Amino acid sequence: MKIPIAYNVRSLLRRPVSTAMTALGVALVVAVFIAMLALAGGFRAALVRTGSPENMLVLRGGADTELTSGIGRETARIISSFPHVATGPDGRALASPEVFVVVNLRRAAGPKAGVGINNVVVRGVSPQAFVVRRNVRIVEGRRFKAGAAEIIVGKAIAPRFANTAVGDTLRFASRDWLVVGHFGADGSAFESEIWGENEQFMPVFRGDFFQSVTFRLDSLAGFETAKAALESDPRIRVDAHRESDFYANQSVMLMQILRFLAVMITGIMGVGAVFGAVNTMSAAVAYRASEIGVLLTLGFRPRSVLASFLAESVVIALVGGVLGCLLALPINGIVTSTTNWEAFSEVAFAFRVSPALLAAGLLFAVVMGAVGGFFPARRAARLPVVQALR
Amino acid sequence: MRFLPLVWANLMRHQRRTLLTTLSVALALFLFASLRSVVTTLDATGEVGSESRMIVRHATGIVFQLPMSQLERLRAVPGVSGVSWACWFGGVYVEPRNFFAQFAVDPESYLDMYPEMEIPPQQREAFLRERTAALVGRRLMEKYGWRLGQDVTLRGTIYSGDWSFTIRAVYQAANPSFGEEVLLFHYNYLYERGGRWVSPGWYVLRLSDPSLAPAVAGAVDDRFRNSSDPTKTETERAFQTSFVTMWGNVRFLMNAIGTAVVFAILLVAANSMMLSARERTGEVGVLKAVGFTDLRLFGLVMLEAGAVAATGAALGLGGAKLLYGLGEFTWMGFLPGFDVTLGTIALGLALAALLALASGIVPAVGAARLQVVRALRHVE
Repeated sequence: MKIPIAYNVRSLLRRPVSTAMTALGVALVVAVFIAMLALAGGFRAALVRTGSPENMLVLRGGADTELTSGIGRETARIISSFPHVATGPDGRALASPEVFVVVNLRRAAGPKAGVGINNVVVRGVSPQAFVVRRNVRIVEGRRFKAGAAEIIVGKAIAPRFANTAVGDTLRFASRDWLVVGHFGADGSAFESEIWGENEQFMPVFRGDFFQSVTFRLDSLAGFETAKAALESDPRIRVDAHRESDFYANQSVMLMQILRFLAVMITGIMGVGAVFGAVNTMSAAVAYRASEIGVLLTLGFRPRSVLASFLAESVVIALVGGVLGCLLALPINGIVTSTTNWEAFSEVAFAFRVSPALLAAGLLFAVVMGAVGGFFPARRAARLPVVQALR
Repeated sequence: MRFLPLVWANLMRHQRRTLLTTLSVALALFLFASLRSVVTTLDATGEVGSESRMIVRHATGIVFQLPMSQLERLRAVPGVSGVSWACWFGGVYVEPRNFFAQFAVDPESYLDMYPEMEIPPQQREAFLRERTAALVGRRLMEKYGWRLGQDVTLRGTIYSGDWSFTIRAVYQAANPSFGEEVLLFHYNYLYERGGRWVSPGWYVLRLSDPSLAPAVAGAVDDRFRNSSDPTKTETERAFQTSFVTMWGNVRFLMNAIGTAVVFAILLVAANSMMLSARERTGEVGVLKAVGFTDLRLFGLVMLEAGAVAATGAALGLGGAKLLYGLGEFTWMGFLPGFDVTLGTIALGLALAALLALASGIVPAVGAARLQVVRALRHVE
């Protein structure tokens, strides 16, 4: 017969401080676990959302980042003329040849003002970019006009750097640029960029060539044929990637580092928390030896005693887990930034606490409780009845 | 002091509990030392730059190149006793995972500029003589098991194609923060094969007098301000420090996690002490009845907590120091000279002391205040 759970709950309440401390220990471990994985998840989410699976990104053959690529005008024209490129309602190819550079800007006033390298991606786009990239929207002001020295600033970086409000003049590459709008891009990495017209940027930066061509595939399934056609064409030397995969891959290294750190740190902390649970449960078993003796005398099986104490440990851990989730929840949505080493620039993203992550945290807590409580529970079950009753 | 056997006996009564608590403290301090060492190592890399060297880079951004024509003008700036230049190569060795820095440099002037690099004279000559030679840091040699005279092929990403070098020299650095995981080769080789648009990524200036740094920076930047390639000149130390800021909120993250860890373990240790204390009510009563003063009992309990904390600290901090002191962990060269500093150890010990105090105080006060008559009721 099972020992009623009420017994466990009442026992827990009898020693509130000890229970609370163990639960709190578990809570901290779970909170750190969730926080670190939320950081990794947020970074990945920002980058994964950046590209679309229906677009292709073409770089120079051998270049692995936009920064190191170079595509001439002729090459860009040839790419745009491929049959795999979708055409818009006006008949023009939905392709955007783009300039990609990273410039050093001054931070806005604040704790980090005037400190360090502050690299921001500046992307020169064609008007087609706003059609090719569906998730980009102007949130304030307007788009830049063709032929004018105008730029729009991503809303994630606008507050972080000086002179980026709508109407301000931002100076880089020895020229003054008028900020005419801010844009949002669904939380993706594009929001950490500054956009302007590609023709305006070319003479200022690297000369008469682009860094990439991004176009919409005319059919989602046509990726493989398009890739093969582009890479085997003798006129051009290019590498073609699915846009979503390309940006998602940029997040891989940092993601792996963060995940590794998260696992290692919370692993070590988890061991500590398990020790805490073992201590608490051992003491409980020792303290309640006479009660266990009574239970066994009454006819409860040792198996039930084991299950009961195990359940008690799990309950403490679960309380800690819930507390940990509550502790970690407020960080959801907090925007932070880090360096995207692939693009050698800053990318802003938000912590992302997903329901799956919370569930994982709770599971982690339960496991800690179960592992910690197992041996003391087994000892409780094996108590010799006569001695216990003394 | 003569009560140490008593403290020991108390601790050994519940061997498992004492062991687990000590191990928890050890783990927490190990983690704390590791996290803090990341921060201290990053800070140390910022200190490496010499005060007599300055870096000239493109004002628009680090990714833009500077024209070779600036070389003569830089040489002519008063206060500059030597100029060298370098270029980031960014090649891939076998697969992208094997990341290390590669620079194309002007060999003669670059080696003069960085006397920190210790190279045997014959190897130095061999490196200078041969255009396709490579100078490799000692750690990098060990990491990939390369030998002198071996060919190394890198796949260029910025400069396309496969580039082969012969390792002719190995350098060591006296200062571990300098980093021994870089591959250097001849700029002329890059220029020959890469073509006309190969250009220095940055210039390095040596100052005849470190105090001239602001004047030289002003002179250089003014000279090129209205040219097509404006410059930003700063001391090497400032340049290095600015790279450290690219790590962003790492310091905050490490500190926050470290705090959470220590706090969590504090709870474990305190909990353990309180459990022990509660079980020993009877004994405390007996001790008091026999003649131990309140103060002495207070001291005994605190000593017990202190013993656990001290052992944990020795294990955790000592373990971290041993592990990282072997010097193998540099994480792709980003954290050269990763080691646990004395400051970190001192801080760790302070935390252990705090731990002992916080976990022992409640039971200690409880033991001191215990009324003998009440306590004796618990004696079996």
